[in-house]
Amino acid sequence: MTCEEAEILLHALMDGELDAGHAREVEEHIAGCPACAAQLAAYREMSQAIATAKMKYTAPLALRRRIEAALPPPQTRAPSRRAVLRGFAFGSAVSAIAATGLVAIVLREDELQRVQSEIVSAHLRSLQAGHLTDVISTDQHTVKPWFNGKLDVSPPVIDLTAQGFTLIGGRLDYVDARAIGAVVYKRRAHIINLFVAQTSNTERRAAKIETLQGFNIRCWRDRGLNFWAVSDLAADELAEFGDRFESTMRVNTEG
Amino acid sequence: MPVTAANDDPERARRFRETALPHLDDVYTLARYLLRDPTDAEDAVQECYLRALKHFDGYRGPAMKPWLFAILRNVCRAEYGRRASSPTGAIEDMPESAEQTPLWNEAQETPEAQVLRTRDAATIRRLVAALAEPFRETFVLREINNLSYREIAEAVGAPVGTVMSRLARARAMLRSAWMAEEEQPR
Repeated sequence: MTCEEAEILLHALMDGELDAGHAREVEEHIAGCPACAAQLAAYREMSQAIATAKMKYTAPLALRRRIEAALPPPQTRAPSRRAVLRGFAFGSAVSAIAATGLVAIVLREDELQRVQSEIVSAHLRSLQAGHLTDVISTDQHTVKPWFNGKLDVSPPVIDLTAQGFTLIGGRLDYVDARAIGAVVYKRRAHIINLFVAQTSNTERRAAKIETLQGFNIRCWRDRGLNFWAVSDLAADELAEFGDRFESTMRVNTEG
Repeated sequence: MPVTAANDDPERARRFRETALPHLDDVYTLARYLLRDPTDAEDAVQECYLRALKHFDGYRGPAMKPWLFAILRNVCRAEYGRRASSPTGAIEDMPESAEQTPLWNEAQETPEAQVLRTRDAATIRRLVAALAEPFRETFVLREINNLSYREIAEAVGAPVGTVMSRLARARAMLRSAWMAEEEQPR
């Protein structure tokens, strides 16, 4: 791989858009090329700084009201359809990669999007079925060992009670056709499910908050684990939860 | 045969409410970055949602966000094209050559990390706002609205390869501006 190719592809690498094979090729190039490695490091820093800064705007309430006023009033009914955001497939083939002159780039399927949708469904299931926790305990030293032998990964269980997020237990769930650990927290009346799954990608990924079906999802990746915190909490409170979790985890593993 | 529902069909309104309204902040954010004016952004977002509601029956997926963004983009171009920064006014009127210019000429740099980490949100917003149109749009869709490359391609109606090169250019330009900013005395 040449530096010209790598200079474009390192963006796809850091955005998690490459399939495993191509990611490896780019990583191999970067391992042997200090110039490209420096580029990647700088862009990661920038991306991280942007992810941490509050770059999103919030729509003014007046605007929200005006738009809602244009809709007929809602009827009270149980939500039924959540299929819209799920299982989509692209109808047309992706056009040839013209501008870059690069040939075969295989972009990963929109896998994260699909997984996120499953995560939200798992969160909903946990709330609906009266099956929120398999192990009920506010003690991290009870919850953490409970996962042993049930999963191929030991999810970090961190007590955040002092920070206003009460640990209430753990649960095994099923996402993306495999067992996944869920650590359950509560703030006031709001449940937070923190899903943890192993990933082969050890690259740290700064947190992003997204909204899906009215739930906020904060996802990040650290130390070979993917994390998804899902809740109906407001985005800023969920961000606070994630920040506290991440900083405590860093202290725990480094200290 | 499906009957085209009227705008006041409550079931349809409910679906619209559930699927489109949760993205309001995202749509507003994109409008702010595209138009760089809060009042214009509000008007454009309102018009976007009205159009989205009107065309909701034609919506077949795959994902709501890129669909809304594509509508917003059309609104912005139709209503505010004259005020947009690009010299021709049209977002994709980028000469191809501009996208093929070398991305980096400088030698490898070293301790940028410190500098890159210390920018505050207001400064970053200003630097992003200063990016030229197609690059700013792609950058915001990726870094702030968090769309995948495919979704960006769908929203802006360009091939994924174009998205990739625009994003690489955008990040390169932003990084230079960012570093230049640091070198200026404050």
